[in-house]
Amino acid sequence: MSLLETRGLTAFYGDFQALFGIDFAIGEGETVAIIGSNGAGKSTFLRSLTGLLANAADAIHFNGRPIGDLPANRIVGLGIAMVPEGRKLFPSLTVEENLKIGAYSGRDGDWSVDRILELFPFMSERRQTPATALSGGQQQMVAIGRALMSNPELLLCDEISLGLAPTVIKDIYDALPAIQQAGTTVVVVEQDIQQAMAVSDRVYCFMEGRVTLEGAPDELSHDDIKEAYFGLKGAA
Amino acid sequence: MDWVNAVIQGVLVGGLYALFATGLSLIFGVMRLVNIAHGDLIVLSSFLCLAIVSGLGLHPLIVLAIVVPLMFAIGYALQRGLLNFTLGPDILPPLLVTFGLSIVIQNALLEIFSADSQKLPAGALQTASLQIVEGLAVGVFPLIVFACAIAVIAGLQFLFYRTALGSAFRATSDDADTARLMGIDNRHIFALAMAISLAVVALAGVFLGMRTSFDPSIGPGRLIYAFEAVIIGGLGSLWGTLAGGIILGVSQIVGGKLFPGADQLAGHVVFLILLVVRPRGLFPRAVD
Repeated sequence: MSLLETRGLTAFYGDFQALFGIDFAIGEGETVAIIGSNGAGKSTFLRSLTGLLANAADAIHFNGRPIGDLPANRIVGLGIAMVPEGRKLFPSLTVEENLKIGAYSGRDGDWSVDRILELFPFMSERRQTPATALSGGQQQMVAIGRALMSNPELLLCDEISLGLAPTVIKDIYDALPAIQQAGTTVVVVEQDIQQAMAVSDRVYCFMEGRVTLEGAPDELSHDDIKEAYFGLKGAA
Repeated sequence: MDWVNAVIQGVLVGGLYALFATGLSLIFGVMRLVNIAHGDLIVLSSFLCLAIVSGLGLHPLIVLAIVVPLMFAIGYALQRGLLNFTLGPDILPPLLVTFGLSIVIQNALLEIFSADSQKLPAGALQTASLQIVEGLAVGVFPLIVFACAIAVIAGLQFLFYRTALGSAFRATSDDADTARLMGIDNRHIFALAMAISLAVVALAGVFLGMRTSFDPSIGPGRLIYAFEAVIIGGLGSLWGTLAGGIILGVSQIVGGKLFPGADQLAGHVVFLILLVVRPRGLFPRAVD
């Protein structure tokens, strides 16, 4: 059975429809990448999953339970945590306070400040630093740590490589195996197709609010992806 | 010695102004809501205390044990049932709604208690004083008020910077949507902030009523003092708010001594000068 499943998920910003019936499923322990260009609806999809955008209860099932109509502050307690696009650390809080507030929902589990510090050793010396005084890559690691502090079953990562140098991106993705080994199911949203293919068991491609392609990275041909990503058939 | 005395009285009354201002500053800090009814809520607390004092015959300071929790509950309900619906990217709706609330409270008080001036009976505390040196005495009651102001601000400082709830307040203030992703119910956090604000308002209202006479129309004047103390101190700084209250209090008393009858004007003028010289206040929050 799927850990998370959506059926015909739609989303609107006022009159503007951003998602047109997304069918999506992810099994326990799986890592799934969602790729697609700007405006394809990837972030909107994650905002729907986390409850920031309201939906019909039946549109999203998590652990067999309909959660589509729950508010965001109830979702995290059920075990879905999000690393938001642009990191969104709390500037008034120190690094350590940012991590601790990740545990606000009070879910039981193995993650603790100490374990996050093991995963990202640089933080030990920066615990009392205001979070937004860190470099972009370090902030991204704090944002990941903050999400892990809620002991999620499902971790949603929205564009964690955006705007970062390739070496920093590598450092961040190096943390992924440890997170997967802890039994966490992971969804990564990426614009970087190579990166997405490298880390995932399965890939979904979004275009203009629809799923245009789905499959395991080694089953998908270059042309399939190009067509699904850009909507170009037989071009180039 | 006269001047020393004036400054000390000014500092002590500054404690009361800081109590006026703390609640205003707190809710602005947490949810960017400017509560125009703040002054009227102070006066409402004075009248609530008056009603209980005359009903039960207790001392106003004992009645604090009823009025403070009562205003805390009113604050929670007011935020959850009304003001939460006015919050959004536009800051105008909460201004309009609290302005309306101000009018409603003033007129309800007028209807129930009439326009007569009232005073809370402080008993012996009214005139008790401590002799510090020859020719210099300070009232016990103003000292109590000042000590309470320091205790309230120290307590809030601890709550905001040392507790999990405080982190939640600051996180919600930074970014309410991301705070929700952490499991923080922002509606509840906002309601708690208003509840704490009105608990402090209750304290201020009872002290106000014991210090001077009050009637339903004086709320907006207290709101101005509160605003001035907050702006002088710098938005977002609790200790700055205390400093702002003290500066305002000293300006009024010293100004009144220099130019009899001009005490309020002196306070406003000093506020305006500081606004020109330090538009962000004396101790603005670093992050903003």
